[in-house]
Amino acid sequence: MADLTSNFLGIKSPNPFWLASAPPTDKEYNVRRAFEAGWGGVVWKTLGEEGPPVVNVNGPRYGAIYGADRRLLGLNNIELITDRPLEVNLEEMARVKADYPDHALIASIMVPCEEAAWKAILPRVAETNADGIELNFGCPHGMSERGMGAAVGQVPEYIEMVTRWCKQYYDRPVIVKLTPNITDVRKPAAAARNGGADAVSLINTINSITSVDLDSFAPEPTIDGKGSHGGYCGPAVKPIALSMVSEIARDPATAGLPISGIGGVTTWRDAAEFMSLGCGNVQVCTAAMTYGFKIVEEMKRGLSQWMDEKGYRTTADFIGRAVPNVTDWQYLNLNYVTKAKIDQDACIKCGRCYAACEDTSHQAIWMKEGRVFEVNDAECVACNLCVDVCPVEDCITMERMEGGAVDPRTGQTVSNDYANWTTHPNNPMAKAAE
Amino acid sequence: MTSPQTPGITSGRLSQEQLAQNFEDLHAPCDGHEAAVAADRCYFCHDAPCVTACPTDIDIPLFIRQISTGMSEAAARTIFEQNILGGMCARVCPTETLCEEVCVRETAEGKPVEIGRLQRFATDSLMARQGHPFARAEATGKRVAVVGAGPAGLACAHRLAMKGHEVVIYEAKPKPGGLNEYGIATYKTVDDFAAREVDWLLGIGGITIEHGRSLGVEVTLDGLVENFDAVFLGMGLGGVNLLEIDGGEMAGVEDAVSFISALRQAEDRASVSVGRNVVVIGGGMTAVDAAVQAKLLGAQSVTLAYRRSQAEMPASRYEQDLAASKGVHLLCNVMPVAMHGDGAVAEIELEYTQVVDGRVTGTGETMRLPADQVFRAIGQTLAPADGLEQERRKIKVSDTGRTSMDGVWAGGDCTPGEDLTVVAVAEGRDAAEDIHVALMA
Ligand SMILES: Cc1cc2nc3c(=O)[nH]c(=O)nc-3n(C[C@H](O)[C@H](O)[C@H](O)COP(=O)(O)OP(=O)(O)OC[C@H]3O[C@@H](n4cnc5c(N)ncnc54)[C@H](O)[C@@H]3O)c2cc1C
Ligand SMILES: Cc1cc2nc3c(=O)[nH]c(=O)nc-3n(C[C@H](O)[C@H](O)[C@H](O)COP(=O)(O)O)c2cc1C
Ligand code: SF4
Ligand code: SF4
Ligand code: SF4
Repeated sequence: MADLTSNFLGIKSPNPFWLASAPPTDKEYNVRRAFEAGWGGVVWKTLGEEGPPVVNVNGPRYGAIYGADRRLLGLNNIELITDRPLEVNLEEMARVKADYPDHALIASIMVPCEEAAWKAILPRVAETNADGIELNFGCPHGMSERGMGAAVGQVPEYIEMVTRWCKQYYDRPVIVKLTPNITDVRKPAAAARNGGADAVSLINTINSITSVDLDSFAPEPTIDGKGSHGGYCGPAVKPIALSMVSEIARDPATAGLPISGIGGVTTWRDAAEFMSLGCGNVQVCTAAMTYGFKIVEEMKRGLSQWMDEKGYRTTADFIGRAVPNVTDWQYLNLNYVTKAKIDQDACIKCGRCYAACEDTSHQAIWMKEGRVFEVNDAECVACNLCVDVCPVEDCITMERMEGGAVDPRTGQTVSNDYANWTTHPNNPMAKAAE
Repeated sequence: MTSPQTPGITSGRLSQEQLAQNFEDLHAPCDGHEAAVAADRCYFCHDAPCVTACPTDIDIPLFIRQISTGMSEAAARTIFEQNILGGMCARVCPTETLCEEVCVRETAEGKPVEIGRLQRFATDSLMARQGHPFARAEATGKRVAVVGAGPAGLACAHRLAMKGHEVVIYEAKPKPGGLNEYGIATYKTVDDFAAREVDWLLGIGGITIEHGRSLGVEVTLDGLVENFDAVFLGMGLGGVNLLEIDGGEMAGVEDAVSFISALRQAEDRASVSVGRNVVVIGGGMTAVDAAVQAKLLGAQSVTLAYRRSQAEMPASRYEQDLAASKGVHLLCNVMPVAMHGDGAVAEIELEYTQVVDGRVTGTGETMRLPADQVFRAIGQTLAPADGLEQERRKIKVSDTGRTSMDGVWAGGDCTPGEDLTVVAVAEGRDAAEDIHVALMA
């Protein structure tokens, strides 16, 4: 049986599935039940300064995007950080940590960008015996209007400065949570590293409006006729998160910096993908908010079964395995030639591939007598669009042309040698092949 | 040429091809795409009603989600943890009165998540690729005797073996499986699934089956109690109710379970004899199975005669519709009063009934139907079980299967409760857990 135990920055947890800082981790009641349900760790809902806590709206705070059959694909929220007093949260954290010493408990913090504010809160967090802290530089709404959250996360210099304060006044691991609402995520990640961060976690939510009510002409969720952009999360954001994670994992300035992967993790497979791109663990919010705490059971069993099938004993055996395979476009092998192939036995003759290719691609699919759809290799550029729109899995496949064969589209002989754009004759900057 | 019209009881009414087609899998197994689409319909309900309705408490939302995420073998494990005969149950459970009846999508749309078919998809995928998925705990040195290798006995033996105990099963018949092997309708368990499942289950190790060794004949209860640390009785219902009417013993009047058993065991279905005009007395699952299979074997007309109204039939609506779709005539509110014929039955006389003060009584009006074969499917009974306290003509047990005798547990059809494969599995498993606690105390 695979061993799911996780060690992230020296913080041990029974499995790599942590709940992200959000409503599921907002209070003792939730966190205890989450641990009982099998979650490996939690990042407590973001704490603010001492004093009167923030207030939330009293109308709807979520908007949703659905797939077929009302499956929740994306969630958007305008919730702020915890609206409960700091002391209450700290007391609860200390109690829970004492009762669950083997589970990870991380404090998420967002206080104003002043040294005194951080200096004040850090010792109090340390007293709870939490395993580490996460700096919330990501919240894209409300808090950013007050110069916190994403407002800090968008300025690398601030990130570096605050991280340095934290390393100075706190002696356990410091994780910097990054906002995706930025042009190049490598910059804040590098700033966090320069400030001494032990790890980064990403992504926080993405600026978004889920829909507009066409009767009231107000964005959703609507509060008394008005709406505000919120933070987008859930399955829909996973591709964006994966890409950002991969950039940090492979950039020389940030490579090797531990990463906690967040954004749309819903199944064991999502988690395995994040981890293969270099994440030491994953954090989950929307999946738990959609299906309840029990969803972790599928993640654990699925990951364990997959590891058994692959012969991986521990998560370390596959963490980062996909990183070397993420590269720049210019290094992709241009001598890799494939052609679409339709399995006539599997085809149900819907014609979607034809419409897609004929109307919007390369006119490489014939529609023959009796609704027979066939690929014309002389036109097929192997774009994959037909594969993506075909409703039947594995009905259209991409078949590689062997070296020596002639590509009927280009009339050129396919070579087995690797050759990329940097050496291509059409590239004015091409270097001579070595 | 023999045909459905040939009078009397005879074999070979239909061609081999027709027979093969008639006895195909009732529900074709679903392929990966179908399973994915069906699984996507599940809402992953909280405290799901389907789980409560499953006698073995399989975590249905979890296993369905595991199918959704491409992990059908992990899904199967989730099923087998609760129900080691999850493969058979996926085929034979009347899901329309169990898990699927209460599925929230049945309530909302009249179309439940296809739990049974998804369960089959998952369990088939694991059984096709893996050996036995569980390992035994360290040996405890304890020995338990199990009577009967039916669903109750097998589930009990498996759970005990898993906990590290040694199990000896005493089984009267030459093959294991109980009614899975000898009773369940042919089209519900094709390709010798019952036998393959038992082989796979025994892969756990630590279980020996001694065939041809009957309790009350070769072995005694006192002997078992003396020689083993615990005893589990899962011998089902050995006896059958007889028709106490004029001509009830006439040639051509047969027991439905024996007919089904002969059909299940036949190498060649064309060799099994069936009447031209068949009447089945009863309204339960056995009656439906006998009637449908008689029809599938080529009987020209098959009538199921039930003494109460159609709404009161123990067979589910689904089973009734199945029978009707195969051409069985459902005749309700009638009871047999006599058989007529010269040596062998030729006609059955039925009297119309009504319910007076809760009791079924004849109206006095009778009618006759041509019948060269009549099947009794009016219930099975417990074979004598001396020394054990009884309740509703079955062995009395506690919640965890303890009988009135120290060290003796029982479960399945021989104890009160619904006579279903899945109930037998649940009772066998729960008794094993209790035996384990008792033995380790
Ligand atoms: C025709 C028919 C169709 C059915 N169809 C369905 C269906 O579709 N779905 C469903 O859920 N349920 C169905 N049932 C009910 C289901 O088969 C039973 O509830 C289930 O098999 C009970 O399991 P069991 O282990 O208690 O008994 P059994 O399956 O009867 O097994 C008892 C075992 O004990 C052995 N035995 C008996 N006496 C002795 C003895 N003295 N010594 C040693 N061994 C002994 C028997 O040979 C047998 O192997 C059907 C029943 C019948 C009769
Ligand atoms: C309602 C809601 C409140 C959130 N509050 C916080 C917060 O207080 N602090 C924080 O760091 N992230 C917060 N997040 C972001 C999540 O922690 C997480 O980064 C994001 O939802 C992406 O993960 P997911 O796709 O699994 O939901 C919140 C998200 C939601 C939906
Ligand atoms: S989820 Fe609960 S708190 Fe939120 S609106 Fe519904 S009932 Fe109210
Ligand atoms: S989209 Fe797929 S199924 Fe439809 S016609 Fe094309 S190949 Fe066939
Ligand atoms: S009741 Fe239906 S929808 Fe709900 S968990 Fe069970 S199978 Fe899924």
